[in-house]
Amino acid sequence: MSSGLAITMEAVHLALDGFEAAFDTGIEAGSITALVGPSGSGKSTFLNLVAGFERPDSGRILIGGRDMTAIAPAGRPVSMVFQENNLFGHLDIAANVGLGRSPSLRLTASDRSDVEAALARTGLAGKGHRKPAELSGGERQRAALARVLVRDRPVLLLDEPFASLGPALRRDMLALLRDLQAETGMTLVMVTHHPDDAVWLDGNAQFLEAGRIAARGPAAWLFGPDGPGAVRRYIGAK
Amino acid sequence: MTMTGATGGLPGRAALALLGLIVGGAFAGLALSAWRQGGDVAGAFDTYLWNAARFTLWQAALSTLLSVVPALLLARALFLNPRLPGRGLVIGLFALPLAIPSIVAAMATLALYGRAGLLAPWLGPLAGGSWPGVFGLSGILLAHVFFNLPLATRLFLEALDAIPPDRWRLAAQLGMPAPSRFRLIEWPALGAALPGAAGLVFMLCATSFAIVLTLGGGPGASTLEVAIYQALRFDFDPARAAALTLTQLALTGLLVAGLMRIGAPLTGEANLTLSRQSWRPAPSPFERRLAMVVVLAGTAFVAGPILAIAVAGLRADLARLAMEPDLHRALATSLVIALASALLALALTLALLRLRLDRERSRRVPRPGWLEWLAGNGSALILLVPPVLVGAGWFILAVEAGQVRHTNLFGPVLVVTVNAAMAMPFVMRLLRPAHDAAAERHDRLAANLGMSVWTRLRLVDLPALKRPLVAGFAFAMALSLGDLGVIALFGSDDFETLPWLLLARMGSYRTADAAGLALILALLCLLLMMAAGRAGRQQA
Repeated sequence: MSSGLAITMEAVHLALDGFEAAFDTGIEAGSITALVGPSGSGKSTFLNLVAGFERPDSGRILIGGRDMTAIAPAGRPVSMVFQENNLFGHLDIAANVGLGRSPSLRLTASDRSDVEAALARTGLAGKGHRKPAELSGGERQRAALARVLVRDRPVLLLDEPFASLGPALRRDMLALLRDLQAETGMTLVMVTHHPDDAVWLDGNAQFLEAGRIAARGPAAWLFGPDGPGAVRRYIGAK
Repeated sequence: MTMTGATGGLPGRAALALLGLIVGGAFAGLALSAWRQGGDVAGAFDTYLWNAARFTLWQAALSTLLSVVPALLLARALFLNPRLPGRGLVIGLFALPLAIPSIVAAMATLALYGRAGLLAPWLGPLAGGSWPGVFGLSGILLAHVFFNLPLATRLFLEALDAIPPDRWRLAAQLGMPAPSRFRLIEWPALGAALPGAAGLVFMLCATSFAIVLTLGGGPGASTLEVAIYQALRFDFDPARAAALTLTQLALTGLLVAGLMRIGAPLTGEANLTLSRQSWRPAPSPFERRLAMVVVLAGTAFVAGPILAIAVAGLRADLARLAMEPDLHRALATSLVIALASALLALALTLALLRLRLDRERSRRVPRPGWLEWLAGNGSALILLVPPVLVGAGWFILAVEAGQVRHTNLFGPVLVVTVNAAMAMPFVMRLLRPAHDAAAERHDRLAANLGMSVWTRLRLVDLPALKRPLVAGFAFAMALSLGDLGVIALFGSDDFETLPWLLLARMGSYRTADAAGLALILALLCLLLMMAAGRAGRQQA
């Protein structure tokens, strides 16, 4: 499996209607980073810039030292998991995962066995023939992670992937995510509303406010009693 | 929780009773004539009738095919090229035919493709000599496609727009090639919308009246509805009319049943679209050029008749036309009828909405009772019975009662009521979300303060529902203004509306006058539809 690549945002600037983002920051190769902040602070925009769904007005985006600013989404060493709509409802789970290997679904026998392995690894063994509608919300996100495994890209972006799951289920998914990251060494960037998630994953965190990185550091410190004032105000700590 | 309004649901029940009376009266008329002339009715199921039935289905099938297939291409071209020059204008243009009365569309078709149409000088040499003009099937198809191609395009465009943007992003990230993208993303959305869109277009074409009446030529190109009209208006043969009506009713019944089956919710992922940013794949240069050609052709087809009717209308002696007492009378009658039927439609709809909500709240079982169901869906059932059918039933009844052309009240009252009933399904769709939301917010407070029904209506409901009410009112007025249904049977020199006058002028070959009238009528309806659209948009 490929190990992670570093992400660098160099004086990136992007104006969307009524919103401005300015990022100048970096994410270490093979690290876990949580992006936390109020809604509208630019967390999703950050991910969209890295994935190539948004182009910056100025500045450069580097992944593993290569300039990605002008590269189309498919050309970037990135996989992304959305909050919903990760799966095509009319394709079964195995086909949805197989799309990660061949987007036109021409799969070899070894591709298929990789798909089976990824399904087994994410706890979906034997469910490859089901349609997404027959799975629970948590299982659908597991299938999205299985596709990430067969796609095997150095960077994984997740946009509030577990927001619609209950607390216990979310903890399970975080554990799976952390294990997968440890096994593959990929760079993992996750947007979340919950500072707890970031602390639990025991990685880094960056705190966003009004389109800027307001604070960054190890999650345990950032959201702990010694964290910066802006973060403490956001989480409502006394 | 029980929270029956102070009105006790009486207005709602009265509204349902009125709708029942309209349809029931029509059936009573038909039954009466069938009973009086039983043998004749059975004998009226003859070759003529089967020919009309076959032609009805055949032209509807062709119209559907010719509307839906190009609409698929057009919708895809418009969707995948958000930066196409003039895209917004084209989408705006495609809303126009929906706002134009069908009699005007027929006139517009003639103004472009007719014997003396704008294209005649160029088409003549192609036809080897003089251009005979479109008539019969070809004319009907041109007018139907003019109407329904934009409608189908908009439906498909909506379906494509409803694809969650994450799907496109996923495809972009996976590097999905165009054919896979079409198969996995676009086709499932289009395919899901296809039966509904095709069914709707087929239904509209199978029950289209004004277009077939004016463009169809003779018994070879006559649909059931037009045959009913001719049987009553020219041959005065109630037995034949009854037989035709029964056939038409069976046909629309089957169609509506089929449509309801198709419209049933399809199982799938019950996902919410949470992503706001739209991401679309960048089309290849070839795709972009192809889109350009498709959109250009579609635009020309839709804009052509509109331009032609504008040119022909302006060429008419509008100054003389404007001074004609006939026009003044028809205009005044049309406006009064439209006003009355729009008000009636609003009142009936509000009554039904209140009744539905009260029944929904007072029930303790998950399934709606028959009264609640009828209040919610009864108005849509009216679409099963085309206006000409209702008109036919009551016409027979009126003849039996010796009422036709002897009173000045029967015809107008019937036209107002039927026009109101026809507008109700649409008005209901406009009003229901706002009404139910407002009731949710204010009901308890109003009850707590002990407001009377009228105080409540004045202080709470009308202000809260102002925009959808305005939208519904303008929409219902436009529908009524352009309608050529019941009036086709009951119209006379003493009782004429604008569409009826237009039909009369066409019938007496005063084409220039007809074009001028069509232009006036189209502008009136367009203004009302624009008002409705504005009010409807601002409500969101």
